[in-house]
Amino acid sequence: MRKIAIYGKGGIGKSTTTQNTVAGLVEMGRKVMVVGCDPKADSTRLLLHGLAQKTVLDTLRDEGEDVELEDVLKAGFRNTSCVESGGPEPGVGCAGRGIITSINLLEQLGAYDADKELDYVFYDVLGDVVCGGFAMPIRDGKAQEVYIVCSGEMMAMYAANNICKSISKFGKVGDVRLGGLICNSRKVDNEANMIQEFARKLGTQMIHFIPRDNMVQHAEINRKTVIDHAPEHPQADEYRTLARKIDGNTMHVIPTPLEMQELEDLLVGFGILN
Amino acid sequence: MVEEKDKVKGGVITGLQAFRDEVITKYPKKVAKKRAKSIVLSDPEQIPEIQANVRTIPGIITQRGCTYAGCKGVVLGPTRDIVNITHGPIGCGFYSWLTRRNQTKPVSGEEANFIPYCFSTDMQDSNIVFGGEEKLKQAIREAYELFHPKAIAIFSTCPVGLIGDDVHRVARHMMEEIGGGINIFGFSCEGYRGVSQSAGHHIANNGLFKNLIGRDDEVRGSLKYRVNLLGEYNIGGDAFELERLFEKCGINLVATFSGNSTIESFENAHTADLNMVMCHRSINYVAEMMETAFGIPWIKVQPIGARSTAKMLRKIARYFGEQELIDKVEEVVAGEMAEVDAVKATIYPKTQGKLSMLFVGGSRAHHYQDLFEELGMTTIAAGYEFGHRDDYEGRRVIPSIQIDADSRNIEEITVGRDATRYNPRKTEEELKVLEEDLEFAEYKGIMNQMEKGTLVIDDLSHYEMEKLIERYHPDVFCAGIKEKFCVQKMGVPLKQLHNYDVGGPYAGFKGAINFYKDIEMMVGATIWKEIKAPWESEAYIEAQYAY
Repeated sequence: MRKIAIYGKGGIGKSTTTQNTVAGLVEMGRKVMVVGCDPKADSTRLLLHGLAQKTVLDTLRDEGEDVELEDVLKAGFRNTSCVESGGPEPGVGCAGRGIITSINLLEQLGAYDADKELDYVFYDVLGDVVCGGFAMPIRDGKAQEVYIVCSGEMMAMYAANNICKSISKFGKVGDVRLGGLICNSRKVDNEANMIQEFARKLGTQMIHFIPRDNMVQHAEINRKTVIDHAPEHPQADEYRTLARKIDGNTMHVIPTPLEMQELEDLLVGFGILN
Repeated sequence: MVEEKDKVKGGVITGLQAFRDEVITKYPKKVAKKRAKSIVLSDPEQIPEIQANVRTIPGIITQRGCTYAGCKGVVLGPTRDIVNITHGPIGCGFYSWLTRRNQTKPVSGEEANFIPYCFSTDMQDSNIVFGGEEKLKQAIREAYELFHPKAIAIFSTCPVGLIGDDVHRVARHMMEEIGGGINIFGFSCEGYRGVSQSAGHHIANNGLFKNLIGRDDEVRGSLKYRVNLLGEYNIGGDAFELERLFEKCGINLVATFSGNSTIESFENAHTADLNMVMCHRSINYVAEMMETAFGIPWIKVQPIGARSTAKMLRKIARYFGEQELIDKVEEVVAGEMAEVDAVKATIYPKTQGKLSMLFVGGSRAHHYQDLFEELGMTTIAAGYEFGHRDDYEGRRVIPSIQIDADSRNIEEITVGRDATRYNPRKTEEELKVLEEDLEFAEYKGIMNQMEKGTLVIDDLSHYEMEKLIERYHPDVFCAGIKEKFCVQKMGVPLKQLHNYDVGGPYAGFKGAINFYKDIEMMVGATIWKEIKAPWESEAYIEAQYAY
């Protein structure tokens, strides 16, 4: 079983990319579980065709310690297992601690056990790494492989670089590795080249460049992944390609995060001057 | 170890400079630089500057406690009729439950006494994740339904600050919900907030002033000789002994902050005419605020040690200036001192010339030196856990104390003159006349009293403590539970001055007698010579196999 965490700047398209990629993987016959690690609990909406999921933490709060795996695990598109960790409403409590609690509970309930015959677990994690709780999926061997969704926009690259810092920190003491950058295009000038160069400097690869296409929006409004909504559309093939590339990826590295100056030089060199 | 014959005061004291320098050289460079500023030799003539109330160096094994401990455990804990709810995981509440042996004596069986109880919201994982405000409200409801207290106080622990529960908002909400004049207030005294428990004292002082003092103007009892005693926590019954003395002299004790106290006395405290500060560190803020708001002057007192207790009573008599009180005080002092002197005469020969060390509190390391002086013992090293520079060097240094980020972390409230109740108890002229004898709003600090060349150490580290004991092997070491058994295993008796072990009271005249006797027992016990295991004192034991 490969355990994969998807990180990236808020709003970059982590959940959309994760679910579309997962749809590609299940199409290939892989068995996948998606764990949403965002208090908004919207990481599995496209696979479940709506926000029908009761979160782990809500269940824990309502039922007490007596939680069964079936209570929190829902089957989505082509039998993907979907879990939402959930969390407090904004401005209350500690969402980070919530992630820790819910991942521990999933382990305890045997969500990852061999009898589930999972090929993949995907953790879809909120925003930047904001505190220890949100770093949970890359600590203690919860996830071994991280993909960072980014674009050619400055803040997305800043965030990606920051995430690399925490991967290199945890990578030195654990087995978490960076699998690559997924460029979710924002149609920035020279975007693919810049991210490729950025990836090279980080010691990793740009595993795939996803072009921007309105079909993603269409599918999303219909609460579906592109593969589910418009299987024949070229954008669906992009996600199938990404799924294939991840499936075959063997490049797992401890990244070398850039100094601020280096990062800014890169942006100037590719972004503005050209 | 110093030989008995070398245990002459002078010899020991001259060696302390070299000892200090040697201890410091053993530290890594950065640590040494910092510790050097906190270890100084006393000189009453020219009081040196000491570094105090700064962050502890991680790993030195500090004696200090946390901000929550200072607020809930020290200042508010001893009041019997407030339901003190610890908002946090159960451990914080449990380990601050009755550990200081604060005693209290309800006037009647019906009167509320919550001191034996431990109230906590017992936060669980899900309260951390989703916020604990609802659970806190529920806890307040339950506490009210069960006990119908006049007041409920909420104390924040570390996680409360981390997740951002607003205990003040909950307090206001619940005060409205329950109604009926109940007083509910919260303290943002999260453990991590300051460098030591001292931050908690300050937070508690602010809360006392904002939420309790001055709410009840009714003057109860005699109009004469009305005083408050601040910074007395009734450990081992100290307050009972002082109450006995005040009553005997006809002095009317309005409120004690907070040994053997009630909410009513706090609310009423501003009707007193003199504030006496015992533990300067933990409560000087209240004294200052009451002076500004209500015009009540304050003096530092030290009712630990028979002579010092007499001095306190005479100061009160001098302040009120009436012959009737002056005579009564002299009569009481004469009677009490006769008893004290009789006991002291039998004990003094056995304690004279012995050495003591005190590392405790923010006042106790100073106060108890009076008792040791009365026993003819010398304190060769002393220091506070959580004192500030003014507790060492005297209040004159307050304007020059650097305010750092850790102090800014604590709410500073501005108090103005109370519009209707400000009433200067003495005229400027009267105060001037009394100033020489009473020294208003003054505390001269520990170093004013310690002999030249003795060692003063702030926030003593475990290493420094071990070295002090190895080198000087004092006859008694005064500290707390965290040090007790380490020190005793080194063959030196340790007297806990946080909770008096099982002893006390030690305040006042009867307290002095108790202390003399306890110290006589400790320094005279031969058991400490037996602390080594047989194989440590004998070279080896020979034996033969028997076939």
